[in-house]
Amino acid sequence: MTAATELRAKQDQGRKAAQNREKWASVRTYVSAAVILVWCLAPAYWMVVTAFRDVGYTYDTSLLPTHVTLDNFITAFDTSFGNRFGQALLNSVFIGVTVTLISLVLGVFAAYALARLNFRFKYLVLGFILGASMFPGVALITPLFQLFTNIGWIGTYQALIIPNISFVLPLTVYTMTSFFREMPWELEEAARVDGCTQGQAFRKVIMPLAAPAIFTTAILAFISSWNEFLIASQLSNDATQPVTVAIANFAGAQPQQIPYTAIMAAGTIVTIPLVILVLVFQRKIVAGLTAGAVK
Amino acid sequence: MATELGPTPVKGPASGGTPIHHGPKGVGEDNAIASQGKWASWLLAPTIVALAIVIVYPIISAIVMSFQKDAGLDPVTGLFTAGGPAGFSNYTNWLFQQCAAPGGGTVACPPGTLGSQFWSATGTTFYFTIVTVTLETVLGFWMAIIMARTFRGRSLVRAAVLVPWAIPTAVTAQLWLFIFAFEGIGNKLFNTTILWTGSEIPARWAVIIADTWKTTPFMALLILAGLQMIPAEVYEAAKVDGATAWQRFRMITLPLVKPALMVAILFRTLDALRMFDLPYILTEGSNNTTTLSILVVNQIRQGFNSAAALSTITFIIIFIVAFIFVRFLGANVVEQQTGAGKGKK
Repeated sequence: MTAATELRAKQDQGRKAAQNREKWASVRTYVSAAVILVWCLAPAYWMVVTAFRDVGYTYDTSLLPTHVTLDNFITAFDTSFGNRFGQALLNSVFIGVTVTLISLVLGVFAAYALARLNFRFKYLVLGFILGASMFPGVALITPLFQLFTNIGWIGTYQALIIPNISFVLPLTVYTMTSFFREMPWELEEAARVDGCTQGQAFRKVIMPLAAPAIFTTAILAFISSWNEFLIASQLSNDATQPVTVAIANFAGAQPQQIPYTAIMAAGTIVTIPLVILVLVFQRKIVAGLTAGAVK
Repeated sequence: MATELGPTPVKGPASGGTPIHHGPKGVGEDNAIASQGKWASWLLAPTIVALAIVIVYPIISAIVMSFQKDAGLDPVTGLFTAGGPAGFSNYTNWLFQQCAAPGGGTVACPPGTLGSQFWSATGTTFYFTIVTVTLETVLGFWMAIIMARTFRGRSLVRAAVLVPWAIPTAVTAQLWLFIFAFEGIGNKLFNTTILWTGSEIPARWAVIIADTWKTTPFMALLILAGLQMIPAEVYEAAKVDGATAWQRFRMITLPLVKPALMVAILFRTLDALRMFDLPYILTEGSNNTTTLSILVVNQIRQGFNSAAALSTITFIIIFIVAFIFVRFLGANVVEQQTGAGKGKK
């Protein structure tokens, strides 16, 4: 055996070992990915399976759908046990849309200023808004409960909308600020060179470009308002309660028996639109979620 | 990025400094800043006013309330007593567990009253925070590392992690209550017969597992975003130099992802300290799962002013934790947010 062939054999061996290592690494990656998938999806899957399972088989633990029925969805909307899920859905949509619109209108101006303009106290303002977004809701609930009791607002829509703005608006501002920073602002300069005023440049050039960012922010704002529970649980009543409160208080025919199948059906109804929305706009949502933290 | 911001800001207020613009400034620049400042104040005014109404006013109001006595029936005379100034009695009620005694003065709050639960609720809150944030950081980091690799189906995994995040916490709580039911799938799959909501340790872990399931994706996505900002060449260079996988993780990944990681941990910690929905619905605060937020809510209907004192204490605790993070652990939120940190990477 010459030295050259020996060397080649060694190289071959080395290459094979490397290939093997790579193969194993990729197998490990796939196994890990499968574990993540199961961990994230299994509980949600269980919710949907239970939602479609006959109430008599609530505790059936077969993993595949069995005793499939739509009855639970009818039960979810049934009002005879004092549940008002249908009304609650409308309430949540109304509260969520109102909060989102108010926050977007106010937030878009603030984010423009924070992303584009130079002024004193900019970092103080940013710090204030970030601080506000992390502000504990429980610190608001007591004074607002007393104030709204005094002026007779407990159980009104405004009593639910106003506190939600306290955490949705900061979220809107800082998500949009980081989106705005990424935009091609040279186009605004170009429009101004072409004779647009700053306002026109903003409306005609920047707004259409910013639309996806604004839309993503709107989804994030809507989801955080839709998921709110603490404040709504204290300040709403039967007529104005949002879905989170309705689902938490869901009552069955027997007070000691929790109507799990109906609750899972209600949970599925509440969740599916959000999940579809999130999956469709996945990329943008992830960008929006992580915007404040890493940009 | 930094060029868009004009003069590179050195430090945000969160790191203790004032906004300083270094370097010589021309007169023209000063004018430009002045005119932009006018614009900015008009654009920011609505947001600032709105936040002042929904946040600043309630904070001040809560502080004022916390120094007032709760109106109610006097336990001795049975007559209605109007409030009046309370000094620090609402605070001592919680911090030193001193309740008003019949006939004036104070006694130690009897067991079972809300006043006697303050320290146990604080303990529970920190227990939940430390355990969930630790679990979520470790799991989230692992998920992020997997998701950062290139493999077929990666986008499927990235989409799947958004599902727990998108489900409302109230629904999550009911879902896990069902999973942890005695005859539920949880006990069945692991062949256990645990009464999950029946005693302290299972009840707490039911909350911890549900919370970890729901919020790990958020952590993973934040860390993933941090990982993706590390250039691949750095790893290539380290590989050429013969660094092992563990060395690459410890010497490259960890230090470079640290800014994003610290912000993610800060966000999650502050979120966990105000935990309410999960224990409130899942265990109804029983078996030592009452967090500070639940205690405030339980107190509201027994007296606003005392509840205001407790919510102020909670707010101060959260503020102190945030301060420690920003000051000593280097979680610089504002700097991260403004992109000034980017130049360092």
